Amino acid sequence: MSSIILITIISLSLIALISAVILYFVAQKFKIVEDPRIDEVQAILPAANCGGCGFAGCRNMAEAIVKATTLEGLYCPVGGAKVMNSAAKILGREAPVTDPRVAVLLCNGTPENRPRTSRYNGASDCRISNNLYIGESDCSYGCLGNGDCVRACAFDAIHMDPTTNLPVIIDDKCVYCGACVKACPRNIIELRKKAKKDKKIYVACSNCDKGGPARKACNAACIGCGKCFKVCEFGAITIEKNLAYIDAIKCTFCRKCVEECPTGAIRELNFPPRKPKVEVQNEAVN
Amino acid sequence: MLKTFPSGGIHPPENKLTSNIPIGYLPVPGNVVIPVSQHIGAPATVIVNKGDYVKTGQLIATGNGFVSSNTHSSVSGKVSKIDTIFDTTGYKQPAVFIDVEGDEWIGTIDRSSNIAREITLSPDEIKKRCFESGIVGLGGATFPSHVKLSVPEGKKCDILIINGVECEPFLTSDHRLMLEKGEEILIGISILMKALKVGRAKIGIENNKPDAIDHLTKLAAGFEGITIHPLKLKYPQGAEKQLIKALINREVPSGHLPLDVGAVVHNVGTAYAVYEAVQKNKPLFERVVTVTGKSLSKPCNYVVRIGTPIGRLIEAAGGMPGDTGKIVSGGPMMGKAVSNLDVPVVKGTSGIVVFSENESERKEPGPCIRCSKCIGVCPLNLQPFLLMKLAELGMFERAEKEKITDCMECGCCSYTCPANRPLLDYIRLGKATVIKLARQRNLK
Amino acid sequence: MSNLLNISPSPHAHGKETTQKLMHGVVVALMPALFTSIFYFGIGAVIVTAASVISCLVFEYLIQKFVFKKPVTITDGSALVTGLLLAFNLPSNIPVILVVIGSFVAIAVAKMTFGGLGNNPFNPALVGRVFMLISFPVQMTSWPVPAGFKTGYADAVTGATPLAIIKEGIKNGESVSQLMEKVPATIQMFLGHMGGSMGEVSAIALLLGLVYLLYKKIITWHIPVSIIGTIAIFTTILWLINPEKNADPMFHLMAGGVLLGSIFMATDYVTSPMNTKAMIIYGCCIGILTVIIRVWGAYPEGVSFAILIMNAFVPLMNTYIKPKRFGEEVKNG
Repeated sequence: MSSIILITIISLSLIALISAVILYFVAQKFKIVEDPRIDEVQAILPAANCGGCGFAGCRNMAEAIVKATTLEGLYCPVGGAKVMNSAAKILGREAPVTDPRVAVLLCNGTPENRPRTSRYNGASDCRISNNLYIGESDCSYGCLGNGDCVRACAFDAIHMDPTTNLPVIIDDKCVYCGACVKACPRNIIELRKKAKKDKKIYVACSNCDKGGPARKACNAACIGCGKCFKVCEFGAITIEKNLAYIDAIKCTFCRKCVEECPTGAIRELNFPPRKPKVEVQNEAVN
Repeated sequence: MLKTFPSGGIHPPENKLTSNIPIGYLPVPGNVVIPVSQHIGAPATVIVNKGDYVKTGQLIATGNGFVSSNTHSSVSGKVSKIDTIFDTTGYKQPAVFIDVEGDEWIGTIDRSSNIAREITLSPDEIKKRCFESGIVGLGGATFPSHVKLSVPEGKKCDILIINGVECEPFLTSDHRLMLEKGEEILIGISILMKALKVGRAKIGIENNKPDAIDHLTKLAAGFEGITIHPLKLKYPQGAEKQLIKALINREVPSGHLPLDVGAVVHNVGTAYAVYEAVQKNKPLFERVVTVTGKSLSKPCNYVVRIGTPIGRLIEAAGGMPGDTGKIVSGGPMMGKAVSNLDVPVVKGTSGIVVFSENESERKEPGPCIRCSKCIGVCPLNLQPFLLMKLAELGMFERAEKEKITDCMECGCCSYTCPANRPLLDYIRLGKATVIKLARQRNLK
Repeated sequence: MSNLLNISPSPHAHGKETTQKLMHGVVVALMPALFTSIFYFGIGAVIVTAASVISCLVFEYLIQKFVFKKPVTITDGSALVTGLLLAFNLPSNIPVILVVIGSFVAIAVAKMTFGGLGNNPFNPALVGRVFMLISFPVQMTSWPVPAGFKTGYADAVTGATPLAIIKEGIKNGESVSQLMEKVPATIQMFLGHMGGSMGEVSAIALLLGLVYLLYKKIITWHIPVSIIGTIAIFTTILWLINPEKNADPMFHLMAGGVLLGSIFMATDYVTSPMNTKAMIIYGCCIGILTVIIRVWGAYPEGVSFAILIMNAFVPLMNTYIKPKRFGEEVKNG
């Protein structure tokens, strides 16, 4: 009887010993040395795994934050400056100041402005229609309206307006992650600096064609006439490839360019109504 | 048991409405728009200016480099402008606009109707003539023909395969050409054989064209090395690799050219164009186009000058029906939908198919039920459902491993999908992206 | 131009096949089996089938409408097929409330939690059936004996299925030749005159369904043939080794759910492999598992479990077993 117990104890101990040795060597062989700070940083991140930072998930973002020499260019859109500051504290670094920005669609090709010349009937995907042909209108730069940006947005900040067939961006929900910018095959979404009360003045057009063809394709096209460039007192407007661009940092929201623009390509948003003297035509755009 | 390729393929309704209608000659239109580049490869350069007077057959744009081709004026008249126009690519492309004045051909073209049988040119001269005359593959791919005739060092071609399959529904231009210009085609094939220095050529024709098979078989008795082979009806038999497999049972390895198995494939239309270029010194400026559609009152086959707006063709076929929903340049399986009637006929336009609103509307896609029908019909044995999903989700690296680039875009998967899923739309997107990514990788 | 032209990528033609047509094809193929079960089990079969089909459709409708808040697609026929198949796997005198519970598990748990049609890893009807078999074993294994068309529902005479008779008998030490006298003759089994779940009893009706499915090209031969073939071969080997302990292959094929399972359940599009090579492996594995469960397992019948187990391997098979591509390996000359 006692011998059975003895044998059991010895054999079990031997098995335990051998297993322990094997486990030890395996653990040594497959050891992964990881910076413990990665876990700490990950704990701060929102764990939404939205991909808004440009990484696959929060873990990857945490790795990138720890490995990076500077936090420039790394930003968690969900957690915002608060999260970035606490991440910087863990690493003993300074978090760069990131201005809040907001996504803006550089196209105003509503069916009225931009007459339709065909009906797209293929798979509802901008990348496909962009590869296939010019799009439902004659403008080869404008919005295709198949909603890739809507699908790319993890924050429900973009939806399609069924009447204009253009995406509408909800400023309050936008965390300027840039997913829509990447998703758009025509690169017509821009992240602009957010102003007080969400005021916006921008050229809602991306057409680089010369004035004639651009105007023919769309009534609201920027024709590169340069009137806004001349009227701007702050040097905020540049014209390149027949297309005006308003620098959001230099712009003072004087709205002179809006009045000057012959096609209404420059849009103003979230301004109080103008004084009665000035024509209110542009307000209708809102 | 008739030959065909082994796996996959579909049997779409043939709808060959025009197979009994002889080829007519469409009058020269009032103005033409000739896209400068009508071939695959490096774009051509325009050599005429606004206001110049050009003759029919005159060179107006020269090909740059080896894989490129010349473009000729198809009419005589004045160059009104050089601008851009929507062509079948769906984007604006540079084109030469010509206002027609009379029809004065350049002097070197032999306009007599007698058939020239004697082949006097040497292989190299033939290749040069093909390049000069702007001959490209007329099946639709528009690959410059002289490139296919130049066998690179170290490779050997032992057989010429002629594609008379015309597996696309509706189209009959090759069929009619084989019936009406049989002898010229056979001479053209002999020229191609001489250029390639091969002793035999096989013409593959699907057995829905028994008259063409009979006609060419009788004629081919007088030509050494040319044989006619009826093939079982199956789409996409006209695809190069499928045709080679069906005719000579050689399988072109993935990512390789037919030349790697010793074969070169040309279309019957190309053979005819080669005949005209070599024997009659006539550059490629007109081609046979089938104008068809169930709703058209007079579907027909026409010899059409390159650059004629397709609206003219539809007019000649009885006018545009009121309920037209879609106009396709090419066949219904691989052709391209055009957005307006000003799109010009180019070298690759084998047909214009008009669909009514009902025929053209795509149905709402449903969820994939994994019925695996797309796998069953894929002639390349790919897994279309998977490739579509990968492309949709942007997983292009995985798609590359699944050989998305093997896809030849025949459309069998989309055709057969019971859930109406746009399989090929996404696969094409994935393929284009994978090729782009690979090119970027190679640059680095 | 007043009406704009449609633009879409090629192809510009589409075949006539639709999901709905395929599903309705399966329903048509199930009809012979439905009629024979009504013939043998009477009004009970009608009630169970109706309860199952209606509750499946209702659950699918409710979930799509109020949980998914997406367009309702119950007309595509998939819930109809699930309902019919579930009913076919039940005894004809089972209380209706249990049928409703089974339908709920089939549609809500096995299908909709994964996202609906096309996304479920397991065959919904089988999940419903197995759930009921484990939860209500008494009701699920008291099989009414066929007695012509009867209007009674609960008063049916119940008896054991041939498979259960054999299983019990062998456990009790009886030999197969003795047991064979207790089970219906082969011809009766072929026609369906035996105890069992509603749809599985009549081999002839199921084979008619198979012919229809193959003729309409709704399924390919690979899965049914490989399952039936494997079971036949495996049971023949066992039978040859010891005919006193193991039933003959003909008995194994006719009794129980082999035909129903191999023709209608294992071939379910969503939960079966997508290429022919994988289909054959899948079928063979189902066959082997079925025989193992039948001969050595605790349950007399194993088709449902075998199919569900293999369903779990389908994603793996789809990933690792691929058709040979055109031009992948070339042997010329």
